[in-house]
Amino acid sequence: MTGNKHTLVALVEDRPGVLNRMASLCRRRGFNIESIAVGHSETPRLSRMTIVVDGTNAMIEQLRKQLDKLVVTMKVSDITSDNIVVRELALIKVKANSETRSEIIQIVDIFRADIVDVAEESVTVEVTGDEDKIDSLLSLLRGFGIKELSRTGRIAMTRGGTSLLGEDKDKTGGRRQKKAAS
Amino acid sequence: MKMTGAQMMLDGLVKEGVEVTFGIQGGKVIPLFDTMPQFPQIHHVLTRHEQGAAHAAEGYARATGKVGVCIATSGPGATNLVTGIADAFLDSVPMVAITGQVNRPDIGKDAFQEVDITGITLPITKHNYLVLDTPSMPRIVREAFYLARTGRPGPVLIDVPGDVFMEETEFHYPKEFDLPSYKPTLRGHPAQINKAAKVINDARQPVILAGRGVIVSGAYAELKELAEKAQIPVITTLLGISAIPESHVLSYGWLGMHGMVHANMATDAADTIIAIGMRFDDRATAKVSAFNTRARIVHIDIDPAEIGKNIKVDVPIVGDVKTVLTQLNKVVETSQHIDWISQLDEWRRTHPSLNIRDSESVLPQYVVRQIYEATKGEATIVTGVGQHQMWAAQYYHYDHPNSLITSGGLGTMGFGLPAAIGAQVGRPEAIVWCLDGDGSFQMTIQELATIQQERLPLKIAILNNGFLGMVRQWQELFFGKRYVATPLSGPDFVKVAEAYGIPGTMAKRREDVIPAIEQALSEPGPFLIDFRIEPEENVYPMVKLGGSLVELLEGEDVKKGVVKS
Ligand SMILES: Cc1ncc(C[n+]2csc(CCOP(=O)(O)OP(=O)(O)O)c2C)c(N)n1
Ligand SMILES: [Mg+2]
Repeated sequence: MTGNKHTLVALVEDRPGVLNRMASLCRRRGFNIESIAVGHSETPRLSRMTIVVDGTNAMIEQLRKQLDKLVVTMKVSDITSDNIVVRELALIKVKANSETRSEIIQIVDIFRADIVDVAEESVTVEVTGDEDKIDSLLSLLRGFGIKELSRTGRIAMTRGGTSLLGEDKDKTGGRRQKKAAS
Repeated sequence: MKMTGAQMMLDGLVKEGVEVTFGIQGGKVIPLFDTMPQFPQIHHVLTRHEQGAAHAAEGYARATGKVGVCIATSGPGATNLVTGIADAFLDSVPMVAITGQVNRPDIGKDAFQEVDITGITLPITKHNYLVLDTPSMPRIVREAFYLARTGRPGPVLIDVPGDVFMEETEFHYPKEFDLPSYKPTLRGHPAQINKAAKVINDARQPVILAGRGVIVSGAYAELKELAEKAQIPVITTLLGISAIPESHVLSYGWLGMHGMVHANMATDAADTIIAIGMRFDDRATAKVSAFNTRARIVHIDIDPAEIGKNIKVDVPIVGDVKTVLTQLNKVVETSQHIDWISQLDEWRRTHPSLNIRDSESVLPQYVVRQIYEATKGEATIVTGVGQHQMWAAQYYHYDHPNSLITSGGLGTMGFGLPAAIGAQVGRPEAIVWCLDGDGSFQMTIQELATIQQERLPLKIAILNNGFLGMVRQWQELFFGKRYVATPLSGPDFVKVAEAYGIPGTMAKRREDVIPAIEQALSEPGPFLIDFRIEPEENVYPMVKLGGSLVELLEGEDVKKGVVKS
C-alpha cells in the first residue's frame, strides 16, 4: 500500500460490539490497522478511539466516511495534518543484572522514563511519548535483551481549544449536515 | 402494562405499519408465531425456504417502498436469510430481518442451532441488534424500522433469544427515540447546489445518469423537470430503469456492460455528467480508469461515502435526491442542446442495440417484446439473474415508475420467483411477471408452493435455454467455447408447475409465443410458460472483457441483417 500513516480519531457509542464493527469494517475495506486504542471520552456513554492506518489521502477519506456511516459512530475525523499531541505508553521488561542495571537506569533517566518494577534479573520501564521516542529508547535497550514489551498504540488530540465534536472541517457539507438535526 | 417480548415485537411491527411478513417457523421463533393470532393485522406468508422469505421481503419492499419483513429461526434458518440480506444491502432495499436466537444463558456455548448471526451479518446490514434486555424490544423495533427506511435504505437485523420472546416484563412504548449518531442529510448544501447549477448551465454535452436513488426517493417528476428544463438526455443504470419513462423523448436507455451502445457512447463523450442516486458500480462504468475522464461530474447521493468512492467528482452534493433536485431545479437555467441531442439520435440510429432478427425459433428478445406488447407495458417485471435478466431489461419497455425489479448489486440467481411473490403480495392489483432463467428458477423453484398456498396470480415465463446461459456466453466468447458445467438438463417445468397445482404450457416455436402469453393473461390465477428459446443466443451489446464503455461487441446479428419485430 502506498501512502502515509494517518491518525483517525472517532467518538463511538460505548456498547458491546462497537470495536468489532470498526475493526471489521477496516478489514473488509482492505485496510491494515497499525494500532487502535479505545477508552472513555469526556462524554458519558461515548468512547474515544484512535486508529492508525496506512493509506493515501483519498483512501483514508473513503475509510473515514465508511466509519462515519456506521450507526454507532458519532464522529470520525482524520487529524493527521492537524497540529496534534500524540502519545503512546510502553512497558518494557529489560534483562538486567548488577552490572548492567545502573547503565539501564541512566538511559531511562535520559528519556525521562520510569522504572516501575525491579527484579533480580530484570527491570520494567514505563515510557510515554510519541512513537519515535519509544522506538529510540527501545533500540538502546535492545542490547540488554528485552524479555517483554507491551505498547498501547497511539492516542492523539488536537492542540488548542477545539474539541472533536465542536470541530468542523468538511467542505462538501456532507458531514456537517449529517451530524446536524434534519 | 406487562407484555411478553413476542407481544412487544409484534406490537412494534403493527405500529410500524407492517401488514405482511415472510418466513419460516422453528424452535426459537415458535413463541413469536404463537403470538401472531393476537395481531390479526399481520398476514404471514409461509415460504418454503428462508432465502425465499428474504427475497420475498425484498420484492415486497422494492415494489411498495415499504419495509419488507422476514422471519427465521436460529441457526440454519438465520443463515438461510444471509443471501437475501446481502442482496438487500447491495441494492439499498429497506428490510427488517427477525431471527430467533438460543436462550440467553446458552449464548456462546455452541448450543443447538446457535450461530452468531449478528456477527455473520455485520458487513451486510446497515445495522443489527441482539436483544438481551426484554424491555428494550419496543425501542429496538422502532429504531430498526427507522434505520431501514431512512437515509440510504438497507437491511437491519434483530436477533432475539427465545427466552426474550417468552419473558413478560413491563411494557413502555418509546414515544421518542434518540439516535444521536444517525442523522441523514436531506437538503443539499446551498453552495454546492449553486456550483452544480453553474456546471450544468455551462454544459454543452451533458448527460444525466439516473440510478435507483431516483426511484427510492420518488423523484420522478423532479428528474423529468431537470431534464426538460435544461434539455439533458437521461441515461439510467440497470437499477435506475423506469426512473424516467423509456418513451420520454429525453430517455436514452441504460448504460453499462449490456447497456445500449448510444447510451455508453454518450456517457463516454459527455462533457458534463450529472449522476443522480447512482454509485458508479463497475457494471455501469465498465473499466473504471477509462471512464470519461474529461467530463465535469456532479454527483448527488444521500450516502456521503459513495462520493468519490469509485470516480473522482467535481461537485458532490450529499442529500435526498428528491429534495436536492427540487433545490437544483430552481437555479438551473433553461437551455438547449440541439446538436448534442441529434448526435445521440444519430448514434442510436447507426448503432441499433435492440433489434430482433427474423427467426423460426423462439428468440428470447422476441418473447420479452411480445410480453411487453400483450401487457401493454403495464406489468411489473421481476427477473432472475443471467442473460434473461438482460433481455428483460432491454426488450421490455419501462414506462411506469418502478416497474422493473431485479437483483443488481449482488446478481443473485434465485431472486426472481420469491421476489415476484413479494411484489405481487405488495401490489395485489398489478400484473406481475417473473421472467426467469432455467438455472435461476431452479434455485428457488420450491416457492411455487408459496404461490399456490397464497393464491397469487403471478405469471412466470422461463426463458429456457438449457444452459447457465450467461456463463456459457462468457465461455463461448472468452474461454474457447469450452462449455464446462453450464449445460443444464432441466425438468419438465410445465409438469413441475402442475404438480404444484399451477397450470402452464410450453412454447417451442415462434408461433407458440403469442398464444401462450395470451393464455397466461386470460388465466385468473398463476400460470407458467416454458419458453424453449434458442440455446446459444447471446446478449448484445456487450462490453469487452476489461474494456471501457465504448469497447463493445455489438454482435453479428445486431450489425447485419437486422429485422425489427
Ligand atoms: C447464486 C448465484 N450463483 C451463481 C451465479 C453466477 N451466474 C451468473 S448468471 C449464471 C447463469 C444463469 O443461468 P439461467 O438462470 O439459466 O439464466 P440464463 O443466463 O441462461 O438466461 C450464473 C451461474 C450467480 N449470479 N448467482
Ligand atoms: Mg438458462
